[in-house]
Amino acid sequence: MIRLRKLARAASVLTTPLAPEDVLALFNPVFSARQLRGVVTKVIPETADSATIHFRPGRGWKAHKAGQWARIGVELDGVRHWRSYSLSAPAGQDPAITVSDVGAVSGVLVRQTKPGDVLFLAPPQGDFVLPEHPRPLLMLTAGSGITPVMSMVRTLVPHRPDADVVLIHSARTPEDSIFHEELSELADQFPNFRVTHWYTGERGRLDFGSTAQLEELCPDWRQRAAYACGPEGFLDDAEALWSSEAAAHEKAAPGPFAADPISLIIERFNTSLVGGAGHDGGLVTFEASDREVEADGGTPLLDVGEDAGVLMPSGCRMGICHSCLLPLRAGQVRDLRTGEVHGEPGQLIQTCVSAAAGPVNLDI
Amino acid sequence: MTAISDRTAAKSTSINGAAAKHRPGALASSGSPLVRPPAAAHLTDEQVAEMGRELDAIRDDILAKRGASDAAYIRRVIKVQRGLEISGRAALLMGRNKAAWVTGTTLLSLAKILENMEIGHNILHGQWDWMRDPDIHSTTWEWDFVTPARSWQHTHNDLHHRWTNVVGRDNDVGYNLLRMDADQPWKPHNLGNPLYNAILAPIFEWGIAIYDLELVDYQEGKKSKEAMKRDLKALGRKVITQFTKDYAATPAVAMLTGSGKQALYGTLTANAVRNVWAHAVIFCGHFPEGADTFTEEMVEGETRGDWYVRQMIGSANISGSKFMHLMTGNLSHQIEHHLFPDLPSNRYGEVAPKVQEICKRYGLPYTTGPLLKQVGSSWAKVFKLALPGKKS
Repeated sequence: MIRLRKLARAASVLTTPLAPEDVLALFNPVFSARQLRGVVTKVIPETADSATIHFRPGRGWKAHKAGQWARIGVELDGVRHWRSYSLSAPAGQDPAITVSDVGAVSGVLVRQTKPGDVLFLAPPQGDFVLPEHPRPLLMLTAGSGITPVMSMVRTLVPHRPDADVVLIHSARTPEDSIFHEELSELADQFPNFRVTHWYTGERGRLDFGSTAQLEELCPDWRQRAAYACGPEGFLDDAEALWSSEAAAHEKAAPGPFAADPISLIIERFNTSLVGGAGHDGGLVTFEASDREVEADGGTPLLDVGEDAGVLMPSGCRMGICHSCLLPLRAGQVRDLRTGEVHGEPGQLIQTCVSAAAGPVNLDI
Repeated sequence: MTAISDRTAAKSTSINGAAAKHRPGALASSGSPLVRPPAAAHLTDEQVAEMGRELDAIRDDILAKRGASDAAYIRRVIKVQRGLEISGRAALLMGRNKAAWVTGTTLLSLAKILENMEIGHNILHGQWDWMRDPDIHSTTWEWDFVTPARSWQHTHNDLHHRWTNVVGRDNDVGYNLLRMDADQPWKPHNLGNPLYNAILAPIFEWGIAIYDLELVDYQEGKKSKEAMKRDLKALGRKVITQFTKDYAATPAVAMLTGSGKQALYGTLTANAVRNVWAHAVIFCGHFPEGADTFTEEMVEGETRGDWYVRQMIGSANISGSKFMHLMTGNLSHQIEHHLFPDLPSNRYGEVAPKVQEICKRYGLPYTTGPLLKQVGSSWAKVFKLALPGKKS
């Protein structure tokens, strides 16, 4: 690797102002000096509107841990769009994402991707990963929330005889249930893996209002490290249940010596923004890029910049990863999650969840 | 949801919180400049505003259409250019053979011209930024030209495109070297105008590099010592890498086949051919007969419509084939480029008839002509203004 870099630097004497990768890209699209890329190797339809896309990443990719996600860049009508997707392949194998057609970008990925296509990538990240030390696990998933958990199940279940995993997966119907067959097969083959398919079309949503249903599906749920991934409401309800149980637990056995703390690790796919606030907004100036854009008070500055063609750093687009931080030069911004207006010159702001509150200057 | 303002005046130099307030060159929302240029003096404020709206509509139309086909276009041009460059340099490796030398030098000249004109100039204008591709972006691109991209973007995109043809403001009127407007005072050294221009043509990239240092601003104290140091350093680095590639590294490789000297001469020739071509095309942009220059009163109070007027009557097109347009980097559509400097260059041809129609309807000149005529016309100006004399 290091030798390759030295070689590239030597070769750039011949290619400047281009990098040697720019020339190599003529022959293999994975090469780029600036942008990690991958080539699609296989596309497997999962349900009517989801598919798994396997890809071979170029140099610079880090092997993923089970449960992590990566940002994937896709071109829609010539414009690059970035979204985050959980990796569904087990750790140690070439990466794959499983995508459900829920928007313009995922729609293109599901319907139009074919082997040989180039995907733009950012290295995998995320803390929704398996515990360091073996513990009995409870996985609660709903809809496409199964994808990171699938990577965990595939990593753990076939390779660890000591694994003890219970998965409760909600989907509307069996047809909508991603990985339905594979999960059933794994459960048949490995006694240490138990799956409950919960079809909301038949039985309604899983009730986290009380512990009753959970007791029935997994009586020892309190002893398990719990993981949850799914839509906002599903996670909020699960979180509420776990925190009230943890409070009760604390009361019964106070102090730091409580044997098995009740834990729930969650992975959110979306964050609700106070969208369309309707007021404020203003002229946004991207100083180094020489762009000025009139923006409304409900659009994240990240979107405003991207629409103006500014190369905005971006990440999760939900206010958690801080990949999109930019220094504010002047003006104030509104946090779209809370409605709070803040900002001082020099402050780093999260452009993905901040909108203009009056004129704003950004240092990019 | 959002609207992009294409004002070229966006670069803000102040660093404090007041950055948003003082924006030199920002356009007035209504009214007229203190003096409307003579060629547009017959227009009322309302007519100018209406014409501005029509031009905005042309721009909006392209923005709505811009997409995958445009992205494919620039990627294709880049691919062809890199192919030409590799083939050219490969042929020069066998430069001892005369046919190989001619082929190699021709291919490399074409590659360098494409790289500077259709690719570099236009990417550095931000014409392809909307793709959000870091490999083809105005903030990351560097070109095969001595002047560093960032320095050029400042003097060209910001100063020249904002102050187009305003004598005393737009230094592109003569590049601080030639007397190119009758309103510039005559000095004895202007007698050398044609000689300077003839020398400038084959070393044009060096002229631009020195021009981008803004030496006059530095002498007058308008440019800080730090900025000067920074620019000199950037230029020095660029000169070294460019020199090493063209005149040391690639000839060294060719020495392996005994064609070192030939490769060196071939590259030197290709750079000179590119320089002469770029010089010719760029001189056709604002200097031929018919392209007007302006005074500062004509800019004071300028509205968006008047800004458009100035871009149109201050620029000149070149008529010709599709291939010619490509090789000029579509600067043959100089008028359209100055109206919409950040629209993708492949769209200027389709916009041109609409712009020409607007000029005709509003009684404004639309200067265009074949390459040789325009080159001749700008050279005529170089000769004429070598001698003292006022505007006729």
